[in-house]
Amino acid sequence: MTETTFTPVAGLVGGALIGLASAALLLAEGKIAGVSGILGRSFFPAKRDLGWRLAFLAGLPIGAWLATRATADALGFAITDDPLLLVAGGLLVGIGTQLGSGCTSGHGVCGMARGSKRSILATLTFMASGAATVYVMRHVWGAG
Amino acid sequence: MHSVVAGVCGIVFGAGLAISGMTNPAKVLAFLDVFGRWDPTLAFVMGGALGVTAIGFALARRRASPWLREAFALPTRSDIDARLIGGAALFGVGWGIVGLCPGPALANLSRGSGEIMIFVAAMIAGVVLHRLVIERKP
Repeated sequence: MTETTFTPVAGLVGGALIGLASAALLLAEGKIAGVSGILGRSFFPAKRDLGWRLAFLAGLPIGAWLATRATADALGFAITDDPLLLVAGGLLVGIGTQLGSGCTSGHGVCGMARGSKRSILATLTFMASGAATVYVMRHVWGAG
Repeated sequence: MHSVVAGVCGIVFGAGLAISGMTNPAKVLAFLDVFGRWDPTLAFVMGGALGVTAIGFALARRRASPWLREAFALPTRSDIDARLIGGAALFGVGWGIVGLCPGPALANLSRGSGEIMIFVAAMIAGVVLHRLVIERKP
């Protein structure tokens, strides 16, 4: 397993930028910056509702690319190379976020920021099942 | 105009994800690994994001409409059902297996990594599967 170091300042600064983008999308466009929702409704979209979604989604890798270059990738990148885990994880994230109407951004940031009971419960649930999954994989099965 | 604004928001959002370290799956897994070498960074990311977003909602509440559109598009449901909890639980399992949620997964497309391509393809397959089978679209 890859060990990481606690980086609270980078976390707060990056988090504030995420919040700034979410607040701006809300105040300017009236939209919730929930990535799974924006992605999900990009398939079979309502009329005249696709452009802003694709623009937002395309912005994500552009912003990440710029920031990664500017910081010389200070915080690194390490991911499993097991295709089975990648496919299983991707499928579960795709289906789960659509079924549960949100992910870390939609429920965890936007929903909690507006005090939604549904979002608070969803966030507690995916945090708990995420922690349980890591516990089983690392401390029961002993995988990376 | 809407696309330009949304695109800039996406860029700032993606930059925030990368600066916070949340585009590194190892860091996310280290946050979820509460019984291992715990890395609490993600809590600070959420704290920073929540604080600023809450200000946004406070400002939005004082307005009848957003700057560029006629109305706010906010969720109206308040019921707790099995789909919400079950979906969130499934999402958490996938999140815990790889350490990626949808935002960082898409942001990482900038790396051109094969692993990210596989994950994003599977994630989109899951999204489309849900829309076709469960929501029965189109």
